[in-house]
Formats: sequence, C-alpha cells, structure tokens
Amino acid sequence: MLLAIDTSTGTSVAVVDRDGGILAEAGTGDTMRHAEVVGGFIRDALAEAGVRPHDLSGVAGGMGPGPFTGLRVGIAAAHAFAVGIGRPFVPVASHDAVAWAWYRDGGTGRLQVVTDARRREFAISDYDGLDDDDLPVRVGGPVLSPHDDVPVKPGTRFDARLVPAGAVGMLAELAFAAGRLPLADDVPLYLRAPDVTPSARKKVLR
Amino acid sequence: MNREAPLVLGIETSCDETGVGIVRGTALLANVIASSMEEHARYGGVVPEVAARAHLEALGPTIAAALAEADVELGDVDAVAVTSGPGLAGALMVGVGAAKALALALERPIYAVNHLVGHVGADLLDDEAPLETPTVALLVSGGHTSLLLVRDLVADVELLGETIDDAAGEAFDKVARLLGLPYPGGPEIDRAAIGGDPTAIRFPRGLTLPKDLVAHRYDFSFSGLKTAVARWVEQREAAGEPVPLADVAASFREAVVDVLVSKAVAACTELGVPRLLLGGGVVANSRLREVAQQRADAAGIALRVPPLSLCTDNGAMIAALGAQLIMAGHDPSALAFGADSTLPVTEIQV
Ligand SMILES: [Zn+2]
Repeated sequence: MLLAIDTSTGTSVAVVDRDGGILAEAGTGDTMRHAEVVGGFIRDALAEAGVRPHDLSGVAGGMGPGPFTGLRVGIAAAHAFAVGIGRPFVPVASHDAVAWAWYRDGGTGRLQVVTDARRREFAISDYDGLDDDDLPVRVGGPVLSPHDDVPVKPGTRFDARLVPAGAVGMLAELAFAAGRLPLADDVPLYLRAPDVTPSARKKVLR
Repeated sequence: MNREAPLVLGIETSCDETGVGIVRGTALLANVIASSMEEHARYGGVVPEVAARAHLEALGPTIAAALAEADVELGDVDAVAVTSGPGLAGALMVGVGAAKALALALERPIYAVNHLVGHVGADLLDDEAPLETPTVALLVSGGHTSLLLVRDLVADVELLGETIDDAAGEAFDKVARLLGLPYPGGPEIDRAAIGGDPTAIRFPRGLTLPKDLVAHRYDFSFSGLKTAVARWVEQREAAGEPVPLADVAASFREAVVDVLVSKAVAACTELGVPRLLLGGGVVANSRLREVAQQRADAAGIALRVPPLSLCTDNGAMIAALGAQLIMAGHDPSALAFGADSTLPVTEIQV
C-alpha cells in the first residue's frame, strides 16, 4: 500500500493498493495553493482509506514536469512523509501516470500527453501503448513547446488538467510488482534552468 | 503530548539555509544547516529559484543528520515546527510542504511560526541566564533588518521599525561588489577594514535627521549609503587618485553599525527597556558586536548575543519557538496554513 502525491499541475493525493486499486483520492485543479492544501489532502486520503501511516509500504511522488514552485511542494512532502514512516520514496514521471490512466480507461494508439508549463509553454510527452507489464511506453519527451506550436502527431492529444495521484501510485505498484523500479530518477523534471536574477530582497518584511 | 519539555523538530527554509534543529524544551540537541550560499556567489546575491531547488535536495539529508546529532528517533518527536514566513515564498513552501507531511506521517501536531520571532527564541537555547522580557531585539541579516519590542515571546511582539529599502546584509553585499570584493560581503568588508580609519570618510547615516525621525524613528535605510560609497569611489577614480580600500570599508561599516546600534539603544532608552538582544547573520560582524557592547554598557543596557550558529538562520530557533508555544499551552496550527513571504511579527504563530 502506498501514499501517492502529485503537484505538477494542481494538487492530488491518493492511497493505493496493488490488489485493492485506488482506495482514496483527494485533490484540486487549483494551480496556486499547493503548500496550503497538500496536508489536508494527505490527512483526508488516509482517513478515507482507513489507513494509518505505518500501514504504508512507501510513498510515490510525481516528479513533473511542472511549474517548479508547486511541483517542489509535492516532492518535498512525499520525501518527508517517506522519511517519517521510514519507508522508500518511489519517483514517477507525472506524464507516465497520465498515459497509464488513459490507456487503462480504454485509450488505444499513439498518445500525446500535454500539461501546462506556464510562460505560454506546454510540457509534452509521447506514448505508444502499454508494454507486457502494463507500463506505458514513452517514445518522446518530456519537452517544452510554445502554446501555439505544439507538434501535431498521429494519434490522440490529451491535455491533463490534473495529474491523478491514484495513477502515480498504481504505476509505482505495477512497476514494483514487475521488478521494474526505479521508473524515474529522484530528480524534479523542471525542464528549465532557474532565472538568475538575484532577489531584490527589498521589503521582504512588513 | 509532553508539555513540560517537548521534543520538537524545527524546519527553516526562508532564505538560503536549509536548517533542521531539534530541542527538548529549552535544551538544544541538534542544529544542522545546509547552505546554498556558494551557489549564489557568482550572482552576487541570493537567487530565489536556486535557493528553493537546493532546499528540496538538502531537506531529507539534513533531517537525517539532525536526528543523528540529537541521538533521537523520529518516533520520539512530540511535535514539528516550521517557518511559515517571512522570507522567500518559493523557498518557504518547500519547508511548509515537508513539515506538514512529516507531522502527518508521525501523527504529531505541527506549529507554524514566525521566522523573526524565531531569531529571538534562539536565545533560549543559550546555556547562560534565560531570556528576560521585555527586551528590544535587533535582527540583522541579508534578508531583514528589524527592530522588535518583545514583551512576551509567545504572546506579544511588536515591530518598532525595519528597513525601508535594502537589508543591512544586502548593503554589505552591494558595497563589497562595488569595491571588487566577493560575495558574501559582510566578512569581506570586515577583512578589508582591518587597519582602516572608521572616521576617515563621513558617510551618511540613513533616517537619522530630525525630519526623518518623525515618521521613521526606528526604521532603517541603507540604499542612500550604498550610493554615497559608490559616488565617493567614482570621484576618487575620476580624479586619478588611489582608493584607500581599508578606510572606505571601515568608514562604510562604521556608518552601518552606528545607525543600527544608535536606533536600537535609543529604543531601549526611550521605551525604558534595559535589555537588547542581537540576532541574524550580520551579528557575525565583529565591529557590530563591539560597538553594541560599548554603547549598551554606557547606557546601562544588558546586551545578549546568542552564539553565532544560533544567530544565522537555523532550524533550532524554530524548534525552540515551537517548544515555547507548546509549553505555554497553545494549540497546534491548523493544517491549511501556507507560506507567507510578508508575515508580520505580530503573528508569532500562524
Ligand atoms: Zn533570518
């Protein structure tokens, strides 16, 4: 059983079980208030699933791509929760989770997963179905592309407003069962170098 | 929960130091700091996104190091405390997200606290005589320059004044840069000032004229001073004369120290509070400590300066303030708090 957290778009938290599936999922598409809401969603997901922290065997976290300020909140929370229960952290590429859920729900053929990256850009990954272990086959990305210049590919374009943590968690469960971990590096997929303007640090304080 | 001497783990990520501290009541058990300062050096100042990325990388290892240093298990922790603000928003959010998740994983309460009041709380961890209130506190760093009146650490803190432009530490960084010295500027200016004459050049003392004192009695301003140093150096160079680095550094430092200490001592005297506490990274400046001691002695004010490792931003001060709130019977923070980059000092707990 895993706790899963993704803040690459809005905030999504889930408790999943390999056999029982998604036991609880809580979240919002609000892309601004990750730090405020992440704790409440963790609490709610655990309560709805009827699970105590020490019942979990690990924590899965969506590593993006996503706008960095929000993305970091979920990864920091997932890391810290894993430290708190003394269990492993399992990094998952957020687009992989979107693709897995799309194929699971009956989608077929090529898939282009698109999420907003702010600054008039999208983050894009390309997929070609599920493999024998039911894991999505990523054939391109993630890369950034301007809003009005997304490459048109054969197959389906799917714009994900919220990356569901339930899918992040189930993907981690499947990969573990198949002996395919790690699925991703424990490194946030920022896709952008930091802006290097030093903080003016003026009037930081009132 | 143990309200007598709670074991509190504190997380601080408001600027460029990732701090994790562990205290039991007022006893310091661990104070571990990972700094991203070197990554900012080539930009001449803290880059918020670089700082926030570094916090995410450092937090897990820093928590582990603090537990090892304190020789306690996570299961022993009674509560988690975290800085909610003020500070850099993106940096604060890393600590807030992590602290909430850690508290939930441990099934322990969380206390979201004010960074500036935390600086005052650091003094409780000193082995010497306990912090007495009321006290005036002068908190000086690269991110803040604030003068507080602390009547009660967990219930009554008032902002007397603060910088209206640059923080004092930032002024050191900027003047160091224009003198061709590396970042961070504080220790570089200190070194360059050795042998210099602090009275060689009379640089301006911001907001000290009678007309300024009306509206800004306890406020500070350092941007005019920085400009004055730049102009003085330019004029020298334009005249083809050598720039006496030691004199410029010593005179600049004297102007900063003079105005900081003058206003702090004036606050003590005018408010009838015979105690002054220093905090923040600029306390590392030898001249600041020296002048503060002289003038406090002369005015009959008891000066307190926590050890430097507790003056710079750290998690132990956040844990100490959290422990005080618990010992005073305060309820934990509601889970929905966020990062507040401009959190006022009157909000001791969020
Ligand atoms: Zn500070």
